[in-house]
Amino acid sequence: MLLHNLMQWMADTEWSVGLHESRYAYSIIESVHVWTLCLFVGFAIFLDLRLLGLTLKRVPISQITTRILPWTKVAFVLMVVSGVLLFFAIPLRTYHNVFFRLKAVLLVLAALNAWVFHNGGIYRRLAEWDTAATTPRAAKLAGAVSLALWIAIIFSGRMIAYNWFDCDKLEPAIVDLIAGCVR
Amino acid sequence: MLLPYFQAIENGPIGEAIRGSTWLFPFIEAFHLVGLAVIGGAVLLVDFRLLGIGLKRQPVAELARDAQPWIVGGLVFMFSSGVLLFLAESVKCYYSAAFWIKMTALLLAIVFTFTVRRRITTADDRSVSPFVMRLVGATSILLWATVGWGGRWIGFS
Repeated sequence: MLLHNLMQWMADTEWSVGLHESRYAYSIIESVHVWTLCLFVGFAIFLDLRLLGLTLKRVPISQITTRILPWTKVAFVLMVVSGVLLFFAIPLRTYHNVFFRLKAVLLVLAALNAWVFHNGGIYRRLAEWDTAATTPRAAKLAGAVSLALWIAIIFSGRMIAYNWFDCDKLEPAIVDLIAGCVR
Repeated sequence: MLLPYFQAIENGPIGEAIRGSTWLFPFIEAFHLVGLAVIGGAVLLVDFRLLGIGLKRQPVAELARDAQPWIVGGLVFMFSSGVLLFLAESVKCYYSAAFWIKMTALLLAIVFTFTVRRRITTADDRSVSPFVMRLVGATSILLWATVGWGGRWIGFS
């Protein structure tokens, strides 16, 4: 309820209304979100595919993590900034959107997976398998989990636009609960 | 002139079926976006290298060879899902400037990728000047970015 009220307040701010009603700003931010999707998810996917041994087999993993990962991080920042602005334009509806909530959970899982991989034993021993075309099982697992999560995140992100489970409809109790509808 | 054809396409059985379903169109869209990420990554990996950033220690030709199947596969995947989306709303596309911009950019991007860019990325690194590499990388990014932008804007109308 507290967050609901906060979102309501946000939705009523001049900036949020301006963004929501703008002729071009919202569309341009959407476009930036799609462009950075190519850069961010595109590069993240190629690290995953390398970890799975499906491509770039002659490129050492350390080359990807030192020369591509910084770009992935820059793209991620752009992705978050554009994503936050998109949220800010339609805060209340998005906050109660089932797919937005799913996407948020999946993002946390993707972050956890990346953290575990980069801080785990397998990455500390990277020197041992850096140039190997066939990577250790733990690395493959990290790549596969990341790949599956990013695909699911793209799906849930795209679905936020659809109002199938919006709170202004009469929904089954379970949907109401997940969406946190205030009736 | 083309409008009757677009109308006939929209009224076809596949278009009808996709429009008749709540989930189908959004799901195909999402698949289309996953394909975009794959092709985006594959194109940018090589274009960054051409610009002199990213995987600088790898020869251009080696990276391009690795990326090639993902570009071709990504294109086939995007084309299949894109055609389905088009079948569902061809008349809307007909009246959309973004659609025509996208298709023009797509044609240019494909021709450029499989002629000029392919030639540069299969050549020996030392036989191509850094300036030409940068030019080709920048052109490729610009063309593909226009395709992506046009695609997103078909939805805003």
